Amino acid sequence: MEKKKLLEVKNLKTSFFTASGEVKAVDGISYYLNEQEIIAIVGESGCGKSVSQMSIIQLIQSPPGKILGGQVLFGGRNLLDFTPKSHEMRNIRGASIAMIFQEPMTSLNPVLTIGQQLTEVIMTHTKCSKKEAWEIGVESLEAVGIPDAEERMHNYPFQLSGGMCQRAMTATAIACRSKIIIADEPTTALDVTTQAQVMELLLSLVEKYKTSVIIVTHNLGLVTRYADRVYVMYAGKFVESGTTEDILMHSKHPYTLGLLDCVPKLDSKKEHDLMPIHGAPPRLDELPPGCAFALRCPYVYGKCWEEYPTLRQVGENEHCAACHLDVAVNKQ
Amino acid sequence: MQREPILKVENLKMYFPIRRGFFGGAIGDVKAVDDVSFFIEKGKTFGLVGESGCGKTTTGKCVLRIYEPTGGLVFYKGLDITKMSKAQIRPFRRDIQLIFQDPYGSLDPRQSIYSILKEAITSDKRHRSSQEVTNRVNELLEAVELDVSMSDRYPHEMSGGQRQRLGIARALSCDPELIVCDEPVSALDVSIQAEIINLLKNLQQKRGLTYLFIAHDLAVVKHIADTIAVMYLGRIVEMMDAHEIYEKPMHPYTRALLSAVPITDYYVEKQRTRIILEGEVPSPLNAPSGCSFHPRCRYATEECKVTMPHLDDVGGGHKVSCYNLDKVTDGNG
Repeated sequence: MEKKKLLEVKNLKTSFFTASGEVKAVDGISYYLNEQEIIAIVGESGCGKSVSQMSIIQLIQSPPGKILGGQVLFGGRNLLDFTPKSHEMRNIRGASIAMIFQEPMTSLNPVLTIGQQLTEVIMTHTKCSKKEAWEIGVESLEAVGIPDAEERMHNYPFQLSGGMCQRAMTATAIACRSKIIIADEPTTALDVTTQAQVMELLLSLVEKYKTSVIIVTHNLGLVTRYADRVYVMYAGKFVESGTTEDILMHSKHPYTLGLLDCVPKLDSKKEHDLMPIHGAPPRLDELPPGCAFALRCPYVYGKCWEEYPTLRQVGENEHCAACHLDVAVNKQ
Repeated sequence: MQREPILKVENLKMYFPIRRGFFGGAIGDVKAVDDVSFFIEKGKTFGLVGESGCGKTTTGKCVLRIYEPTGGLVFYKGLDITKMSKAQIRPFRRDIQLIFQDPYGSLDPRQSIYSILKEAITSDKRHRSSQEVTNRVNELLEAVELDVSMSDRYPHEMSGGQRQRLGIARALSCDPELIVCDEPVSALDVSIQAEIINLLKNLQQKRGLTYLFIAHDLAVVKHIADTIAVMYLGRIVEMMDAHEIYEKPMHPYTRALLSAVPITDYYVEKQRTRIILEGEVPSPLNAPSGCSFHPRCRYATEECKVTMPHLDDVGGGHKVSCYNLDKVTDGNG
């Protein structure tokens, strides 16, 4: 079944120029997103996963940040050809590509009601009157499963719970019929049951409105349940990519294996020891010439220190890993 | 049961009065903790799980007597600490310590690591030479696997994991027997989470510590705890051995909570049935009548709406508070 590519990112590079030097937050990553697909970008904090998404809609503060190169192909155009404040970019940001942020409570304006914030977005992106915008707002609040939508429109964010705020944010994306929703750690601040509710909501949007979703997360559990494909990110680069099944069950990169070994497992019968990945991720302003994971890798050998392993195909279904070794073989 | 439990909590209640109006008269209570009983044996870990607002932290704070409980008894080594005066309880303060959730907020940014630990070490006002203090600081840093040379650094120079280690070192400084760990790993990255959990387990083995481990992450609690209690709106709804929580969950809330946590095994995950709870946790201000879970429970009957079911033993120390256990265990959800 051939799916249409909705978004394609090629060799994206974003750096921050700080007093201590260039911080390569995103260092040449390429990926794509099909229609009606959920992909996940996984990694520890500080690996550049959020920056990689902010770069797409050019939400990088400049200075110190700068998008140094690459292409973001969306709807036949390269989004990086537009300046961040251009008319075109503003039309895309929030409308075609919407973003849901990590902390729902802080990313909504506390002094405006939900209704005011919703109608503002709708009126900016669609030609409609205030009254129509209000109606669309109520409809989309209902669509994300908020009870008494009409009443909630008059509420301020602090009157809503965390899960409700996250839904309200999602409602703005629905109201503008966004093609892509980028969810940056959408559930981190929420309780497990609310987490499940928000994620099921995103899943239903994919089916109902044919949206595509990019989940940025460090939670491998979310990935297992909801993502179609996964990109594992480490120190600004992708180290492994493939279908969720391949990444979780047939992981090839030592970092992915490490991530899987260090989470406590609910379903394990026996007591098992957690295997933390030793050390900390390298500082992005002083990356080693070889593999960035070499310092923490249990399988490291001579070549790893000198040469950066490029992402190469290691299995079917575009399963790629950036490692000199075939770890799966060596693991035994 | 042969051994005397180190901590025993009986019918603990913590109500916060709601005051309104000019004279601030109480118009009602928020029943943050309502009739909670459990005990912990020495050297064991008791896990307390639940969503935010279910009263798990309040329970922890009552055990530490940061809050004065409205009712109920807390026995530490057989002595009731709820009735003690401030002077009487002081010696016990050293025995029961706390590890906080937020390693960033719980350390004074203007104190060096040495000074933070020194303050805790010298809190008993016994005389110590500066050499003794330094030795003790180094000993504590080593115990939590921090580099001794870090002692003149400040919290902002440390990573999240290192700060949490420092928080643990501070808790260890008075040689406590019982540590209340309030969400100690939820603010950390997965890999660091694993390090801290392993550290806590090692310290427990080496020093015979007892933990009251409060967290919302079922997988973490299952990994570290010996016994788990699931809380909902101020009450314990199910209590069981840690390994039973995945194999034999009984209360509909526990089942829903479990199904909300995804499993990283792809094949198992694809076959699981998901129970998505409707709505949200009701406000404890006007908690539902009867079983507090009944508005969200799909097995709820008329009986559930009227009276609160007892926490009954269903065999092997597994306690559940539900009227419809046969229906719940029959249905595959």
